[in-house]
Amino acid sequence: MPIHTRRSEDGQTLIIKIDGRFDFSTHQAFRDAYEHGDQDIKGYVVDLSDTTYLDSSALGMLLLLRDYAGGDSAAISIENCNSDVRRILAISNFEQLFAIR
Amino acid sequence: MDDSQTGNRSLQILIADDSDSDRLILKTLLRRLGHDVLDAANGVEAVELFRHASPQLVFLDAMMPQMDGMEAARKIKALAGERLVPLIFLTSLTNADALVSCLEAGGDDFLTKPYNRVIIEAKINAFNRMRLMHETISQHRDLIHEHNRKLTEEQHTAKRVFDNIAHTGCLDADSIRYHVSPLSIFNGDILFACPSPAGGIQILIGDFTGHGLPAAVGAMPVAEIFYGMTAKGFSGSDVLREINQKLKRILPAGMFCCAAMIQADFALNQVQVWNGGLPDGWLVRQDGSRRSLPSSHLPLGVLDATRFDATMTVIQAHTGDTLMFMTDGVLETESIQGEMFGDRGVVTALNELKGEVHPFDAVIDRVKAFSGGLLDQDDLTLVTLDMAESEVLGSLSEEVPLSALEGPEEWHCVYELRDRTLGQFSPLPLLLHICMEVPALRRRSGEIYTLLSELYTNALEHGILGLPSEWKRTADGFGHYYAERERRLSNISDHYITFRLTHSMTDGGGRLVIVCEDSGRGFDYHNHAGTTGPGRGYAGRGLMLLQRLAGSLTFRERGNHVEIVYDWHFSEADPAEGVAVTQHGGPS
Repeated sequence: MPIHTRRSEDGQTLIIKIDGRFDFSTHQAFRDAYEHGDQDIKGYVVDLSDTTYLDSSALGMLLLLRDYAGGDSAAISIENCNSDVRRILAISNFEQLFAIR
Repeated sequence: MDDSQTGNRSLQILIADDSDSDRLILKTLLRRLGHDVLDAANGVEAVELFRHASPQLVFLDAMMPQMDGMEAARKIKALAGERLVPLIFLTSLTNADALVSCLEAGGDDFLTKPYNRVIIEAKINAFNRMRLMHETISQHRDLIHEHNRKLTEEQHTAKRVFDNIAHTGCLDADSIRYHVSPLSIFNGDILFACPSPAGGIQILIGDFTGHGLPAAVGAMPVAEIFYGMTAKGFSGSDVLREINQKLKRILPAGMFCCAAMIQADFALNQVQVWNGGLPDGWLVRQDGSRRSLPSSHLPLGVLDATRFDATMTVIQAHTGDTLMFMTDGVLETESIQGEMFGDRGVVTALNELKGEVHPFDAVIDRVKAFSGGLLDQDDLTLVTLDMAESEVLGSLSEEVPLSALEGPEEWHCVYELRDRTLGQFSPLPLLLHICMEVPALRRRSGEIYTLLSELYTNALEHGILGLPSEWKRTADGFGHYYAERERRLSNISDHYITFRLTHSMTDGGGRLVIVCEDSGRGFDYHNHAGTTGPGRGYAGRGLMLLQRLAGSLTFRERGNHVEIVYDWHFSEADPAEGVAVTQHGGPS
């Protein structure tokens, strides 16, 4: 399974980690990862430390998560991107929508 | 569907055996099992019976007079074609070679005499299962073929519909070169170009997330908005704002359109670009230097109208300079070794650019070479625009049919913009629209638009904002000019621009008087003609353009009040045809 989820220690942040390619094939798994979460989740971390590739449908999925998490008021950070992934996020100017670390 | 397919299971079985007794035994046996039996005494009869009755299962004696079992088997298999008709040899042969040759002739199995009822029944059942499975698979295969054929056909029809709405506009203009894959629309790529009334060109290149129908559907409204608004004289920013708002409303979250807009104003030697999510665009100058035009905005359809930023970057560009944009299909082109072309590929192609080679050819040839000679990726779009001398004004108007003298002839209108609105709204499309109600002015839309837009720009930038046009004579000053324009626009207060348009009929034509007045300090117009002369700066050019197009140009008051008189004549029927048709007086 290329997608793993866990809670932060205080239980309020859901950490979603994607291994390998983040593209359309992970669509359902990515949605499942956050849609079955509890109500007490306050924020999300998308951990891309082991993500090798990210395509435009993955950008779409990030927007879906943002929508789910409250749109403009969503607290989502995207962490540990490699340089290729970071570049794709930069071209799309996603730093305007997400905290990218 | 016959009974045999529902599982139970009376089959029509053909048996061929030259031994009357053996044949009778088998026939009786099969009938007792509930099957319908046809029998033949030799191969020739067997083939004839098969041809007419198409039985579902065949038992053939290997040795028969006239035509033996092997030969009959080959003929029967040929007749059955794609249908699976299990063919079982009846034989008392026991040597392996003989049995093998039965199977090689097309037999599926053999039964040795004397017959065993239980084994025969089991074999019939087993082969019937195989036959049914084969039938199901064949049906599914045919279904898939049919679906695929329909889908392809639908795509081609949809493409024709799409082409009618999202026609390629002026992509065939000499100054534009492009590569688009034939059915790229079903991969979400779009490329449109449209002449603007002012004589420039606007180009939109984009790439929707996703593939297939969803991506294609989003392209429709984009095309409508782009062509509709550009032809009416809306700026690139206005068009982008409208498209963004539309896409934000109709697309599901997670779907968006990476895009770039180019607005080229040949008369001003400038281009404005906006890149939201596409790979770096490039401005390749005639001297070989270049400037990257990276994405600095979110794609279209992501942000709501209040947060969307449609600010375009203004760049000076001259004849011989080339602009280039592409979708990420170009960068994602793979070599046979599986490497990606990438930004590096584009940069290398441009680095090696020399002599007369056009940047378009340089990049496309390199992509071709990289991918092994093919450009078969469906989502690969590349476009270049060459800056040119002023295009012929009013190229659009040729398409407007000349209607009879209907519409307003004698009218007057006043339109005034105040304060904040000055920085946010362009009155040009609306004013042009009002003038275009006069049929004879329609084929002069390019000239009218230019008059309105020069007046408006002078009033706003020089009159109200007090920007000195000299700044634009150097590349640095050019950037400074537009930055300062942006800054001053946001601080406008107690200012106005008023347009007064008056149209009346004259002997043999009509007269449009445009008065543009602004609240600025004006300028010393008495000495102006001397200072600009055959001016090289933009202000000089702007005024010269006005003077050339309009019969008269008059400054009043402190120079903040400009009046233009534009006369038109019926005899200038169609400038494009160059034939003067004199139509004095009333309608023909």
